[in-house]
Amino acid sequence: MVSLRLSDAWLRSLSAVTLLVLWQAAAGAAASPLLPGPAAVATALAKLAVDGRLLTDLGITLLRVAASFALAMAAGSAIGILMGHNRRVDGLFDLWLVLGLNIPALVIIFLCYLWLGLNEVAAIVAVALNKVPNTAVILREGARAVDRDLLQVADVLKLSRSRRLREVYLPQLYPYLMAASRSGLSLIWKIVLVVELVGRSNGVGFQLGVYFQFFDITSILAYTASFVAVMLAIEGWAMRPLQRRLTRWRA
Amino acid sequence: MSALDVAVTRKAYRSERGEIVALADVAFAVRAGQLACLLGPSGSGKTTLLSLIAGLDRAYDGKIRRGGDAGGRLGMVFQTPRLMPWLTARDNVCLALDPAPGSAARAEKMLADMQLGAYLDAFPCQLSGGQQRRVALARAFVNDPDLLLLDEPFQSLDAPTAQHLRDLLLALWSRRRPTILFVTHDLREALSLGDRVLFLSAGPGRVVLDLPLDLPRPRSPDGAAVEALRKRLLESYPDLLRGLASEQESAA
Repeated sequence: MVSLRLSDAWLRSLSAVTLLVLWQAAAGAAASPLLPGPAAVATALAKLAVDGRLLTDLGITLLRVAASFALAMAAGSAIGILMGHNRRVDGLFDLWLVLGLNIPALVIIFLCYLWLGLNEVAAIVAVALNKVPNTAVILREGARAVDRDLLQVADVLKLSRSRRLREVYLPQLYPYLMAASRSGLSLIWKIVLVVELVGRSNGVGFQLGVYFQFFDITSILAYTASFVAVMLAIEGWAMRPLQRRLTRWRA
Repeated sequence: MSALDVAVTRKAYRSERGEIVALADVAFAVRAGQLACLLGPSGSGKTTLLSLIAGLDRAYDGKIRRGGDAGGRLGMVFQTPRLMPWLTARDNVCLALDPAPGSAARAEKMLADMQLGAYLDAFPCQLSGGQQRRVALARAFVNDPDLLLLDEPFQSLDAPTAQHLRDLLLALWSRRRPTILFVTHDLREALSLGDRVLFLSAGPGRVVLDLPLDLPRPRSPDGAAVEALRKRLLESYPDLLRGLASEQESAA
């Protein structure tokens, strides 16, 4: 088990190093400001972090990600669970869901800004709305798969509402909640950047837009790298351990 | 005073083929502390009847009264163990107890009685079929139920494991004396366990014979006393016992 994990870690490091080497080699061959190498990007990153507003932008964007993530998960789960359990509600809203899944993110963003104004609420609602249908679809499947036999056990044992929820019902939805969270996080941070580019004057997305106008590819890559690093850290230090904990009962 | 009064005049299901009557005029009473077996071929509505008694299904005509205040405490063992896969053996048993300081210890004691003391922290997927059923039995017994409903709890187990679990059940029953309604389609099992055997007809189920049993305990499903009684029953009621699992096997 331990040796397996070690070799797994080795493989991951090897893959990361290979990527960096290939990138450096390509940059060296191109020798152009259009493709800065990893060393140049790392230097720019350090400089932007110390002198520039990278950390502020990063913080603001992360706050937006967190807010829209929480909103989308709460609303999407509630809608999905309701649809999974009630055929009438499902019939009523299924078309809406398909519609929601297929409206382009950019359209939702424009409409939110036009209807709600160019403000923070509109930004967060726009991002959340893009994720809600996806969460709802996943949780609907989860609710449909809930094992009624186990709920009967809860009935026989006369469990309180909260124990029934915590010990019998929700554990059945955890795999679906995890799937929705992980796919949601990556979707949301991509959309947050678009929302910032279109209608905010701070955050990673806005700043990327500025660097785009200046052809500053090094800074674009530096901002991207910093954000990807944060998302990888969340995945590795929060999502994966959580998933392991929630599914440790599986053989 | 009886611990359980059943008077179901009719229970029907709606299905794609129309309405199916599962139970018709099922009436019997079980007195407190009695171990009654309910025997019937598959499709005789045994499981349906248990879910009515457990209060899992209230859509029926008739009346079911469970004794004691507010129906008393209920324990139930289903056909499959129905353990929560995400809870350890201990937590599965604790599920039947109100959260209180001593409840974990009580669950552990119960599991130790079931010879599962070494598996307190095991998840169901790490347990064998027989062990899972012992956890289910522990969960049903741990809150000292007044009425215990068992729905073919030992089917699809190999014979020695099933017998071991029957012995465990009888030991717990003689110590705590809950009223037990034990559903089975195995005549030998019913004769070796019960104080009394209620025979259900094929669907729609009705009680066609109510047989008190005074065979001395301990009995064995393969013992001479059970075998003699079984032969006598088969001769006296050949129609009655058609369709029971064990009898089909012996006929084959």
